[in-house]
Amino acid sequence: MPPGTVGMAPTRWNAMDDLFNFGPFFDNFDQILEGFWATVRLSAAAAVLSLIIGIVLVGFRVAPIPVLRNVGTVYVNILRNTPLTLILLMCSLGLNDILSLKFSNVSATSYYWWAVLGLSAYTGAFVCEALRSGINTVPLGQAEAARSIGLTFVQSLRMIILPQAFRAVIAPLGSIFIAMIKNTTVAAAASYAEIALIMKTLLDDPSFTSGAIPLFIGVAVGFMILTLPTGFFFGWLAKRMAVAR
Amino acid sequence: MTDSEGGPKLTKGGGGPQEDDPGGGPLVVVENVNKHFGELHVLKDINLTVDRGEVVVVIGPSGGGKSTLCRSINRLEPIDAGTILVDGKELPKEGRDLARLRADVGMVFQSFNLFAHKTILENVTLGPIKVRKQGRAESEKHAMELLDRVGIANQAQKYPAQLSGGQQQRAAIARSLAMRPKVMLFDEPTSALDPEMINEVLDVMTGLARDGMTMVVVTHEMGFARKAAQKVVFMADGQVVEENTPEEFFTNARTDRAKDFLSKILTH
Repeated sequence: MPPGTVGMAPTRWNAMDDLFNFGPFFDNFDQILEGFWATVRLSAAAAVLSLIIGIVLVGFRVAPIPVLRNVGTVYVNILRNTPLTLILLMCSLGLNDILSLKFSNVSATSYYWWAVLGLSAYTGAFVCEALRSGINTVPLGQAEAARSIGLTFVQSLRMIILPQAFRAVIAPLGSIFIAMIKNTTVAAAASYAEIALIMKTLLDDPSFTSGAIPLFIGVAVGFMILTLPTGFFFGWLAKRMAVAR
Repeated sequence: MTDSEGGPKLTKGGGGPQEDDPGGGPLVVVENVNKHFGELHVLKDINLTVDRGEVVVVIGPSGGGKSTLCRSINRLEPIDAGTILVDGKELPKEGRDLARLRADVGMVFQSFNLFAHKTILENVTLGPIKVRKQGRAESEKHAMELLDRVGIANQAQKYPAQLSGGQQQRAAIARSLAMRPKVMLFDEPTSALDPEMINEVLDVMTGLARDGMTMVVVTHEMGFARKAAQKVVFMADGQVVEENTPEEFFTNARTDRAKDFLSKILTH
């Protein structure tokens, strides 16, 4: 046996030990759960708000008034092409800290709402574009029939066009929301204590010496617990709501 | 106005919210209307008058501007020049006034255009509820009467895709009638139908004509024109070439263009 191999064994053993050491993950399970709960709250609020923003925007983008159409186009192109980190930092550092536009005196609450707003403003642009491609799948005759019975533009959009457009783009909307749930991790940059920030805090703690990989795995599984059902739900919904023509 | 079949009244005077008194002047007046699609001059100085209760059939070769004329009467196609009056009022440009006018002008399309995500009953009640602001119960009762009249009351809870073409088109006619329109426009209502379904739709339209509904019908169905129309308008190359009574038109057309067209379609 050559010299040196004796020293290798414990090293390898330590590495394996570290790899499967889920101890720290479960030691900090409460904090991790709290982090995920924060992620869920951010995701849920942003999903609702981004849907509303997306619907209003798509209304702008197909409106018969050129000014509204231009506003919609400019908004989508700016928000869709700006990195989310920048938007969220702009919200937290720029608007909340520097300009002191606060939602609440409790700083955590204020950061939360800025994170919701920033993430929704960004995701809304994608929702808008998905819906707009859905509108293109609705035959022109549907809009003509709606107009011919005397519905106004807004009525026909709301009652005839958008319901059918929605059904056509449920699956891509699901992808947008899955991306949005994962994008909540960027809110760590905006001082919002969701799971990614909790994870980073744990890793930065000097007492945290082993179990980094189990922590990553645990958090990844946690995200899958959120995103996989989202995907399945949207897939099921798309099948159920499909419009027969 | 008589209703020989004793069914519910389909035409005006059914208690709809029409402010204007019936009678007095023609219902639709088209004056010197011009329209271009880019370079193409699709409507050339069109003049047309439709009296109350009159059934006008517009026929002619494809691309002659028939559908465009029909669609311009409720401004689904905007016109470049000229005026179109419906019940004495000029077509509003856009917005709520235009929507109000369209509610009084029924439109039946070649491709039915029933709202695909709504049941037949919902298709028929949507306009009365959302545009006329009628109550749901009242609208559904009227809708069922209309569906019964067009022979598809038993299909009320189905979705459009579950119906045959002929049934869909009859549902579309019921949807228009539910608004109690002053005039009905038919844009090739049977052109997308299988031959055996054409008659069921034409029967409904003939019934409407008999009940005194004012109708503008773009069609290739010469039998319907002979049976139900008071006036035939022959259009070709964007112009009204001939206006005549059906008997005169089909037996003794005045213009060569019309004779040529008729010889092509009647000889086989």
